[in-house]
Amino acid sequence: MSARDKILASLRSSLEGTTPIADPFDATLVDEPWRYAPAERVTRLKELMTAVHSEVLLTNSHEWPKLLADVLAARKINKLLIAPTTAHGQAFSKHCQTTQNPLQLLAYDRPIEEWKRELFDDVPASFTGTLAGIAATGTLVVQPSSDEPRLMSLVPPLHIALLNASQIYDNLYQAQQHWPKPMPSNLLLISGPSKTADIEQVLAYGAHGPKDLIVLIVEDA
Amino acid sequence: MNSQRIHAVDVTARNLKANARLSLKDQQLRNNMRSAMDSLISKRIISMPDEDERENLRELGNKVRARALSELPDLLELLEANLIKQGIQVHWASSTDEANAIVLKIAQTRNAKQVIKGKSMVSEEMAMNEHLTEHGIEALESDMGEYIIQLDNEKPTHIIMPAIHKNAEQVGRLFEHRLALPYTNDVDSLIQSARGILREKFFHADIGISGVNFAVAETGTLLLVENEGNGRMSTTVPPVHIAVTGIEKVVANLQDTVPLLSLLTRSALGQGITTYVNMISAPRQPGELDGPEEVHLVLLDNGRSQAFADSELRQTLNCIRCGACMNHCPVYTRIGGQAYGTVYPGPIGKIISPHLLGLENTPDHPSASSLCGACGEVCPVKIPIPALLRRLREENVKSPQQTGQVMDGQGSRYSAKERLLWKGWQYFNSVPLLYKAGTFMATRFGGLTPKNLGPWTQNHSAPKPAARSLHELAKAHLEKKS
Repeated sequence: MSARDKILASLRSSLEGTTPIADPFDATLVDEPWRYAPAERVTRLKELMTAVHSEVLLTNSHEWPKLLADVLAARKINKLLIAPTTAHGQAFSKHCQTTQNPLQLLAYDRPIEEWKRELFDDVPASFTGTLAGIAATGTLVVQPSSDEPRLMSLVPPLHIALLNASQIYDNLYQAQQHWPKPMPSNLLLISGPSKTADIEQVLAYGAHGPKDLIVLIVEDA
Repeated sequence: MNSQRIHAVDVTARNLKANARLSLKDQQLRNNMRSAMDSLISKRIISMPDEDERENLRELGNKVRARALSELPDLLELLEANLIKQGIQVHWASSTDEANAIVLKIAQTRNAKQVIKGKSMVSEEMAMNEHLTEHGIEALESDMGEYIIQLDNEKPTHIIMPAIHKNAEQVGRLFEHRLALPYTNDVDSLIQSARGILREKFFHADIGISGVNFAVAETGTLLLVENEGNGRMSTTVPPVHIAVTGIEKVVANLQDTVPLLSLLTRSALGQGITTYVNMISAPRQPGELDGPEEVHLVLLDNGRSQAFADSELRQTLNCIRCGACMNHCPVYTRIGGQAYGTVYPGPIGKIISPHLLGLENTPDHPSASSLCGACGEVCPVKIPIPALLRRLREENVKSPQQTGQVMDGQGSRYSAKERLLWKGWQYFNSVPLLYKAGTFMATRFGGLTPKNLGPWTQNHSAPKPAARSLHELAKAHLEKKS
């Protein structure tokens, strides 16, 4: 008998004569304590994300490319990994062209194996979109894709994410109702830069992932 | 290092009492544990200020887990079918040996030399690092806490914070000795040093290993929580990802993870959510540019089906591994996690380890509790830990004549002499004449009680019966009144 059959047979015999418990899920318990007025959502997300060392900047659909360029200039960052196939990637490249910004834009346009060393050593920052935000916990929902692969929001020391205010949901339960079906190969909830408190419970940022996370909230989108 | 360190090799579960005695004398360990537990206790309660919200959610968490267990075999089959459909390979293991063989075979097929690990308690159960090392494969922990204790050849002291028994100075000295780094006790610098070293390890690793927090049957999703990003690195950078988990970790659907996640991260760390929640439903798809080419899930039994067989003990498997029971345990706080000699320490360890190792190998664990009840009160999924400890105490002294095989090693503390003594005690208390005679003798000759009563008088003064029994006093009182 295979391990599989043995385990399943044992579990089944233990349950003999019993009936499965009916689904006890009660959405009100996970939804109602975590509801906010629309205007409050941005405030709460900003407050919570700031409390865990993220920088949250409010902007609008016209000004964000300039704001992003300014943020990078202030940090003296001269290279940025973007997704040129996305609308926000295109908008930012266009901005850089028209303003003759010397920033070097990199694209994640080949399999990781072909440029792993460069990604690990020579990419100081990345810029991605987000699927949604969650006000209750101060969270970004990020769906890696062939345009914005999984490591884009993980390996560079600075991750900058663009979030539309209208896509901020109250809580995880509500956000889940809008997730893609079937589930994508990878879906992420990101609530700040990477951190650890494994030594004496002293909080240190920049454990294995980004050291800094900047969120640009587009208030009119 | 001035702290006495109990080496992993010296500690076995059978030596709990001796280990505990040693730990109690280690003032550095006790200071480190006390301050860490106090801080975790206050963080938890600050993150759950609304009692109604907290209690309702615990109730829901309990029911969601109970429901999943009530249809566990069906959910496991559904999970398996969905994972396979999405390209994730599923393996089943009855024992840790079988699980190790599965992992080794995958590694050898890939000709792997280096394995990087995210935090996984099931891999600790398997002693996977040792097994891979024996076969010439380097297995390196990447969780900061796990990395620290692996450098010091220790075992985790806490399931969430493996190195919580060490302070920054001790970690600084360890890095100085083992990594030849200049000494510092600055936590940021220590973390940045480890980050630099481990990034290279992620870069070169052939295989990434992780645990699983929740396996969602309906969507075929492995959900992992973490703060550091090492879990995402381990499951994304290497070409192969192997997740290892216990068969009980499955939940019915995605919405069930909502209450459980909130309970888990707040109970464990006082965080509303962890920095990362990583949901993996498939390996790298055609057109995708990163992610592992192969994803495997190893489902491990290792005694869980034994706990499952008894409807009371089954509740042990509700556990979502938050560690709140340890943080609130007066015994754990004083002796630390390593003294238990088991992978899972503290209250949850005392009720799960006997199933993993057999009661004969954990004979003192059910009794290493004051039954104060704190663990049961804070458990986010309402496991009645004190009641289960009492149940295990009963199993521990079950006589060979009593029917019903419940668990391996049951009756390991059975003693015919003790049983006879209690039978006598029962008889004495249920025959009025005998009881009266006994209490008469005790009250009149109480002064003759010896000063030395063996182990009892090591820490207490000898009991001295009162001059008159309660019966006599009550009788006299009533006579006086009438």
